[in-house]
Amino acid sequence: MRTEHIGKPISRVDGRAKVTGAAKYAAEYNVPGLVYGVVVSSAIAKGRITRIDVAEALRLPGVLQVFTHENSPLLAQSDNSYSDEVAPPGSPFRPLHDGEIRYSAQPVALVVADTFELAHYAASLVRIGYERDAHATNLNEERERAYQPRPREFIPPPESRGNAEKAFAEAIVRLEEEYSAPIEHHNPMEPFATTVLREENGRLLVYDKTQGVQNVQNYLCNVFGYSKGDLRVLSPFVGGAFGAGLRPVYQVFLAVLAARELKRSVRVSLMRQQMFTFTHRPAIWQRVALGAAPDGTLEAITHKAIAETSQFEDYSETVVNWSGLLYRCDNVELSHTVVKLDLHTPGDMRAPGAVWGLHALECAMDELAFKVGIDPIELRLKNYAERDQNEGKPFSSKELRACYRLGAEKFGWARRNPQPRSMREGNVLIGWGMAGGVWEAFHITADAKATLTADGRLTVSSATADIGTGTYTIMTQIAAEMLGLPIEDVTFKLGDSSLSKSPVEGGSFTASTVGSAVKAVCEKIRKKLFQLARKIDGSPLANTKLDNVRFVDGQIRSHNDSSRAVSLIEAMRHGGLSAIEEKASAGPTPEQMQYSRFAHSAVFTEVRIDEDLGTIRVMRVVGAVAAGRILNPKTARSQVLGAIVMGIGTALEEESVIDHTFGRIMTHNLADYHVPVNADVHDIEVIFVQEQDEAVNPLGAKGLGEIGIVGVAAAIANAVFHATGKRIRDLPITLDKLL
Amino acid sequence: MKRIITLTVNGEPVEGAVEPNRTLLSFLREDLGLTGAKHGCGLGDCGACTVILDGKPVNSCLVLAVQADGREVLTIEGLADNGKLHPIQEAFIETGAIQCGFCSPGMILSAKALLDESPKPTETEIRTAISGNLCRCTGYQKIVEAILAAAGTAQGKEVS
Repeated sequence: MRTEHIGKPISRVDGRAKVTGAAKYAAEYNVPGLVYGVVVSSAIAKGRITRIDVAEALRLPGVLQVFTHENSPLLAQSDNSYSDEVAPPGSPFRPLHDGEIRYSAQPVALVVADTFELAHYAASLVRIGYERDAHATNLNEERERAYQPRPREFIPPPESRGNAEKAFAEAIVRLEEEYSAPIEHHNPMEPFATTVLREENGRLLVYDKTQGVQNVQNYLCNVFGYSKGDLRVLSPFVGGAFGAGLRPVYQVFLAVLAARELKRSVRVSLMRQQMFTFTHRPAIWQRVALGAAPDGTLEAITHKAIAETSQFEDYSETVVNWSGLLYRCDNVELSHTVVKLDLHTPGDMRAPGAVWGLHALECAMDELAFKVGIDPIELRLKNYAERDQNEGKPFSSKELRACYRLGAEKFGWARRNPQPRSMREGNVLIGWGMAGGVWEAFHITADAKATLTADGRLTVSSATADIGTGTYTIMTQIAAEMLGLPIEDVTFKLGDSSLSKSPVEGGSFTASTVGSAVKAVCEKIRKKLFQLARKIDGSPLANTKLDNVRFVDGQIRSHNDSSRAVSLIEAMRHGGLSAIEEKASAGPTPEQMQYSRFAHSAVFTEVRIDEDLGTIRVMRVVGAVAAGRILNPKTARSQVLGAIVMGIGTALEEESVIDHTFGRIMTHNLADYHVPVNADVHDIEVIFVQEQDEAVNPLGAKGLGEIGIVGVAAAIANAVFHATGKRIRDLPITLDKLL
Repeated sequence: MKRIITLTVNGEPVEGAVEPNRTLLSFLREDLGLTGAKHGCGLGDCGACTVILDGKPVNSCLVLAVQADGREVLTIEGLADNGKLHPIQEAFIETGAIQCGFCSPGMILSAKALLDESPKPTETEIRTAISGNLCRCTGYQKIVEAILAAAGTAQGKEVS
C-alpha cells in the first residue's frame, strides 16, 4: 500500500469518467419532459426595443413560451440582489429587465419549446423593432474619457512612490513606448449551459456550468426569492472556464426563470456565437516609460494603463502594480483608469491584468536591454527586487533568479547573438526572446468536511470546482496522505452548493485555499483517531504524543519505532464508532500576511518567421516556474503547458474584432476567433523550480493555473524583434503588422 | 414529419423516429442519452462532437440523423470493451492528456480512426489527424504524447 501522495505524479482521479463519456456536464442531464430554451440576442449595440412580436413563434405547435422584458415576472429590485461574489462595483446586468439595449447581442428573449431544433427555429421568428442611440465601442477613440474606477475587492489600487517624472527627466537612458491589445474571449470548449431539473414539490436542481456553485446559488436565491433548501446548484464537471464562469452567466437566470414560470424542467445552452456576449478580457492601451543609468539600473518606472469597462459596472484588474513589484526602483508612477464603452462588462480571464501588464513591462525591459546593450537577463538581474517595494514586505520565497538560470540553460540562451536578424535559415528568420512572469499566491478562507467510516474509507468535500485544473485529484492526494490511506479509499466531492462553504474556483487560489481546509479537517480526524488508538487496552501508542506519530499505510505509527502501530480500522472498532465526521475552516493567518506571496516564472521562446510571408511559428518554448511546492507534477505540467499555449494565442492569434460601425463583435466563432490549434504548437518544455516555502500557506503550494501564461506574449514579441528587428507593440502580432 | 431510422450504435441495433432537421449529435445526446459526444460549436469548427461513422471520424453536428440510417456509429461510450479501456483511453489517463475532459471523447475517437488506418503514425500524422479537434486546456502536447504511447501499446496486436 502506498500512502505518500503529495508531490507524486498521480493520474487524474476523474480520468476514467472523462475518457468513457461518463462525466456529465451541465447540458447532459436528461429527464422525460425536458424542454429547451434558446436565447435571442439583440441586433443593435445601444438603444431600446420599441416593439417585440412573438406571435409567429408562439403559433408553432410545441413552442411553450417566449420570455421577454414585457412578460418577465416581477423579481428582486435592488442591484444588491443581482450582485455576486466576484461582481465589480456597479449595477449588474439584469436579463429581460427592461427594453434598454446596453450592448450588442445582449439577451432580449428566451424561446422555450419541446425540442432544441424547434426552439431554435422559433427564435428566428421573433421580430424586434429598435430605436438606436449612438454607441461607442472603440477604446482608442475614447481614451480621453478615462476615469478612476471604483476599487474592486482583492485588487489593490496602484500606488506610486518617489518622483518618477523627475527621475525620468534626469535619466541618461530614456525609453517611452505604447502597447495595446484587443478584447479576448475565454472560449472554453464547453459552451455555457444550464439544465434545471424541477422536482414535483417545486424544488430546483440547477446543473450549471460555473466556477462557483454557491456564488450562483446565492445569486439565484436573491433574484428569485428561493430559499437555499429549495434551490441547489450542481456542477460536478466543467468543460473549461478560465474565468468565464466566475460570475453567474445569463443562461442560468433564463433557465431558472423558465422552469419557475412554466413549472417544467428546462435546459438553456448558449450557441458558440453567444459565448462572445458576456465576459471577456478587456481591450487595453498602455504606456511604459523607463529611465535608467547607462548600465541599465532602473531609476524611474512609469506604467499607465487605460482599459475598457461597461456602462454599468467598473471592472478593473491588476495591470500596472507588477511594474512596482518585479524590479527594484525608488521612483515609480502607476495608474490604471477605465473608459465606459457600450460592451458587456469585462471580467477575469486567466491571469487577469498580469497578461496585459507583463506584456508591456517585459517588452519595455527588452527594449531597454537592447538600448543599453546588455543581455535581457542581465538587465533583469541588475534590477532584481529582493523585497516587495509596493507593500514594503519580504517575499515568502522568490526563486526567480533560478528560473532565469535554469530556463536559460535548458533553452541554450548563452548561444544567442543579441543582434536582431542575426540568425536565419534561408529565408526563415530565427529569433530568441525571453520575459519574466509573476502572479499572486492568494490564500483565502474555505471550509471542508470529512467523514471516515469504519471500513477505512474517507470522504472529503467542499463546494469548490474542478474546471479541468485537477482539484478532484490534488484534494484526494492531500486527504489520503494526511490519513495514510491509498488514493482508492478516498473520495473528494465538489461542485455542489450543499457542501461546505468555498469561494469561487479561480485566482490560482484553490490549491492553497481548499487544500488548507482539507488539511485542517484531516488534522481533526487524525486527532480523534489518535485518541481512540491510545485508549485501546495495552495500546502500543499509549505513551506517545500526536506529534510523534505518522499516518501511513492505513496505520498510526510511532515515529521512533514503526513496530508500534494501530490501524485506523482497529482504532475505530475499539472506539465503537461507525464513522468520524469533522468540519473545519482554514484561512490565512497574520503570520502569512507578513509576507509578500507570489509565484514567478521565466519564459524563453524561439520563433521562425518567413521573411517574405510574415508567417510566425513558435518552434520552442521553455517555461521555468517557481510556484512553491508542486503537489502533483503531472497535473502541474498540464496546467503550465496549456497556459503557455494560450499565451501563444494571445501573442499571435486571439482577437475579438469589433466592427465599430455596428458596435458588434464579428469574429464570434472558432473559425474567425483563432485559438491555438495543433499546427501552432511545437516543442514546449516546463521546468519547476523548487521552493520550500512554509510561510506562504499551510501547504506551501502557490497555485499554477495562471502563472504559466504570464510573460508568454512578451517573450514571443521579443523573439519577433530579435528575428526581424521590428517591434510590434500591438497584439496580436499578425503577419499584416509584420510585413 | 418524423422518419424512422435504423442504425447500429456501439454494436447495438437502434431504431428512432426523428425529424429531418435533427442532427446525429442531437439524436445521440437527446434521444439515446449518449452525451459523450459533445456540443462545442454546432458549426464543425471544434470537433468535440466527433464520432466514428462507418469507420471514419465525422463531426456529428454536421451529419443529419437521417443520413446515419442503415449505418454504423461508434461513440466514446462504446470504445471500452466490457469495462476494459481501449489503449488510447488508458494512454490519455496515464500521460495526463485530459484536463476539463470536454474535447477528450472527440480527440480519442479521431485518434482511434487514425490508428485503425495507420497503427504506427508519426507525430505529424497524429497532429494532422487531430487537427479538426480543438482543445483549450492542454496545449495539445500531452494529447500527441498519449496517442504516440497508445500506438506503442497497440504494437503487435490489432487495434480495434
